Parts: sequence; C-alpha cells; structure tokens
Amino acid sequence: MNWTAVASIYRFEMARFFRTLMQSFMSPVLSTSLYFVVFGAAIGSRIDQVEGIDYGAFIVPGLIMLSVMTQAISNASFGIYFPKFIGTIYELLSAPVNFLEIVLGYVGAAATKALFIGVVILATASLFVDLTIAHPIAMVLFMLLTCLSFALLGFIIGIWAGNFEQLQLVPLMIVTPLVFLGGSFYSISMLPPIWQKITLFNPVVYLISGFRWAFFDTADVPVGLSLMAIGGFTVACMAVIWWIFKTGWRIRS
Amino acid sequence: MPAILTIRDLRKSYSGGFEALKGVTLDIEEGEILALLGPNGAGKTTLISTICGIITPSSGSVTVGGHDIINDFRAARSLIGLVPQEINLEPFETVWNTVRFSRGLFGKSRNDALIEDILRKLSLWDKRKNRIMELSGGMKRRVLIAKALSHEPRVLFLDEPTAGVDVELRKDMWNIVAELKATGVTIILTTHYIEEAEAIADRVGVINAGALLLVEEKENLMTRMGKKQLEVQLSAPVAALPEELAHHDLQLANGGGALIYTYDTRGERTGITALLNDVAQAGLVLADVQTRQSSLEDIFVDLVSGDAA
Repeated sequence: MNWTAVASIYRFEMARFFRTLMQSFMSPVLSTSLYFVVFGAAIGSRIDQVEGIDYGAFIVPGLIMLSVMTQAISNASFGIYFPKFIGTIYELLSAPVNFLEIVLGYVGAAATKALFIGVVILATASLFVDLTIAHPIAMVLFMLLTCLSFALLGFIIGIWAGNFEQLQLVPLMIVTPLVFLGGSFYSISMLPPIWQKITLFNPVVYLISGFRWAFFDTADVPVGLSLMAIGGFTVACMAVIWWIFKTGWRIRS
Repeated sequence: MPAILTIRDLRKSYSGGFEALKGVTLDIEEGEILALLGPNGAGKTTLISTICGIITPSSGSVTVGGHDIINDFRAARSLIGLVPQEINLEPFETVWNTVRFSRGLFGKSRNDALIEDILRKLSLWDKRKNRIMELSGGMKRRVLIAKALSHEPRVLFLDEPTAGVDVELRKDMWNIVAELKATGVTIILTTHYIEEAEAIADRVGVINAGALLLVEEKENLMTRMGKKQLEVQLSAPVAALPEELAHHDLQLANGGGALIYTYDTRGERTGITALLNDVAQAGLVLADVQTRQSSLEDIFVDLVSGDAA
C-alpha cells in the first residue's frame, strides 16, 4: 500500500474543505436550526410525542442522516468529478497508486467532511432538545458506516457524471426523496399498512431506523437488519468501484 | 547504454475503428534525450499517455526500467514523470501545496528542501504562496514541470512543453533538461519545433498517423534537414543565369525574377558573400533578399509520401 499517496490525496481534499470552513460550518448549523424551528417548534408542538419520544428529539437522527448522506455524496462526487473536469486526473492515472488507494484518499476525505457536518448538527440539535444517546458506540458506528458508504456512492456518481447537472441529479432526484420518505421525520408505524410494506423497499429506512435505535432504543426494523443493509450497501459500492478501475470505465480510454 | 524504456508493437485502437497507434516499436536508452516530432494528431500524446498509464493499450508491451507498465505498474510509474500538453491544475490551491501533493502521490516522503530547489530553478519560489488561478499561462506551465520533477523521475516525458510559451521559459526549460540529463535522467519530449529538437535532443523520432516513420541520431537528421534557401529577388527579371553566376548552385524562379540558392547552415562557409558579390558583378540589381529553412512539414511530406509509395 502506498500510504503516503493516500495521505496526500486525503490532505489535498481536506484542504478544499478548510478553505471554505465557515460555509461548511454555518450551512448545517443554519439548516438544522430552521428544521427545529419548523418541525420542532411549529409542527412538533402539535405532534407532541412519537413512540414515546418528544418529536423534537425524534427527528434528530433523521436530520443528521439527511445531512450526512447528502454531504457524503456531494463531497465525494465533486472530489473525483472536479479532477476529471479540469483535467488533473491525468496525475492520478499516471501515479503509482491502485484503485484502493485513490478511493481511500477521496472517500476518506469526503466521509470525514460528512462526519464533521453530522457532529455539528448533533451539537446544534442538543441546543434545542434534550438528547440522551442509548447506544453511543452503535451511534458512532452507524454514523461512520453511513458516511463511508454514501461517500462511496458519491465517488461512483462523480466517475459516472459527464457534467455538473448529472452530478446533482442522483442526490437531488433519488437520495433526497429516499431520505425524506425513509422515516426521517416520522415513524413508519404511522403510515397506512400498505405503505409500511412498500417503504421497506427503501434502503434508507434501515439506516435511519438503526441510527434512531442507537439514540432511543426503539426501531422500525430490527437493528441487525439495519447493520446488514448498510454493510451490504458498502460492499456493493466497493465492488462497483473495483469494476470501474478494472475496466477504466469513464476514466481511462 | 541499456534501454530504460522498451516499446514493442504498441497498438491502440478505439471502438470506432480508429487506430491511434499502429505497432510502435522503440528502445530508449538510459540518459538520452529523444525528441518525438509529428504533426497534430500524429499519435505523440497517445504514445506518451499509453506509456504513462492514462490510456490502456490494445496490444503490445512497454517496460520502464524493466518493469511492465501493466503487470508491474507501480514500479514502472514510480520512475516516470509527465508534463502534459494541456495546463491541468487545481485553480484554488497554492503552488507549494500543488507541487507537494505530486511528490506525496508518487509515494515519496516529504522533502521541502528539494521542492524549494525545484521552485527556485523554475523561478516559482516567489509565487509559492499564490493560488494557481493567480498565475500567468507561462507560470502555470512551470508549475506542471515542477510537479513532474517533484517526485524525482528517472524518465521524464515533456509533451509539447514549449507550445505557446515565451523565450525565457523555453530557455529555462532547456537548461533544466540539460541539468537533468547530466544527472542521468532520460527525457522524451514531443514538439512541433525543429529548433527545439536541434537544441537539446540526442535522437529524433518522427511519428505520423500512429506510425513511427524513423528514429535517427540528431546529427544525421540535421544534416538532411539543415538545408536552407536564400531567395534573391531581382528588380528586373533575367532570361538566363549570367555567366558570372554559373558556378553557383542556383535556380531561376518567378520567371527569372528571383534566384534561389540552397546552402548548408552547418558548413564552414555558406557561400552567401561570394554569391552576393558575383550578383553585383553581373550587374543585377537586388529588390529584396529572404531566407527560408526547409520546414518539418516538408520533411513529413517527403517521409509520408515515401511511406505511402
């Protein structure tokens, strides 16, 4: 393993993040505060409790997941798309690095940024609601796996994208709806029975359910199933990336 | 000298049927400077990109320092530095970080003294804290060279390094190439400019339509290409060459309105002074004088037509 190369890519990518640190920091703080004003105070005051949890607290895991997933995807997809767009990818392709080292550098940096945002949102949320985390280690594990797997997905999107519109397409048209419909702001037990069954085809349900279990010890689906879902998703993304580098799809002519 | 780079029957075809490389075979010796000349679309960049790992070859093999570029890519690529033709740089990053990144990417441990030395030689030291987007085109090209040198390559590819750069950078680059050669670095450069090949290359290869037409010692090639022509335009046309000029190798052109004299720039005497004296002796009045060198394109036309015949 060329760990020096991994560290170089990681550091170079993180530098981009630190250049815009205030934006990176302020944006999630502002959006989280808005969510709490709208969902927590305005709507939450009428809902009171969901599954025995104050609604304001109930939405915290979903809010974190929403931002972590979109941030991981957008950071990773931009991270690899930008060198393609400006042509600096020539250096990656001609360097003595294999696909795993490139992925570790780019995805590691994107996952770190997403994790940072997740922690910022958690800290902001704790200013609005009382939070006790039932399974802290599981919470960290779920967050790390989500950052990693969605950064991997973002990396694939970045390789696939032929322009900036396509770069936005998957997060906007697929991921955001899946997250909103995946129980971020409600329990799936609140849905009519037929929708409860349909919603189980949404992979994000398992992630949010597992993450919420780590917070409140209550879940829509068994936590083991959640872990398997996120583990399987990570492995699937890795397999696709391995294939991309093996065939040179969209990166090497 | 042993070959540091061996290319055997290298081919690259695209799905549309276009053959960018048609079986290139070439050995490049350690420490030599090879200039690859060719018109646009000849396959120069494809050849370099294939060796460097940016393009996957359709067939054939390449070894760098004895390492196969596919099976042993890590060892092969760690020996190679590439200065691409296009200015491809991260616009928001500083010069220093951009160059440092390249060294790390190639697995080399941090060496700030070396990077400082490279930046100073390329007149980039004062710009090290500047973002790339703040630099001029020439400065950006210097950064590309610094990036390639930062990981101490044994084989350096310069793809059209002086296309569109000023004289100062061209001279700086030639000096750097000379310094690198002195340390045993092998250099392969592509260029349109015959002067560039003349100034720095040991051997010259001519590539056209994906095929290597010739690889020759520069000295031999320059003997062929070093011919120059002097055109003497006369104020009044002459019907035939005057007696006084008969012993000069002259041709009449423009219906007798011009004399064409072909000479060798590398000879001790060009014969121009004697010719002009004899022109005056013959009572001819000069309207204008101009010289031209047989261009690379002329050589290509000769080579390609010879190739097709």
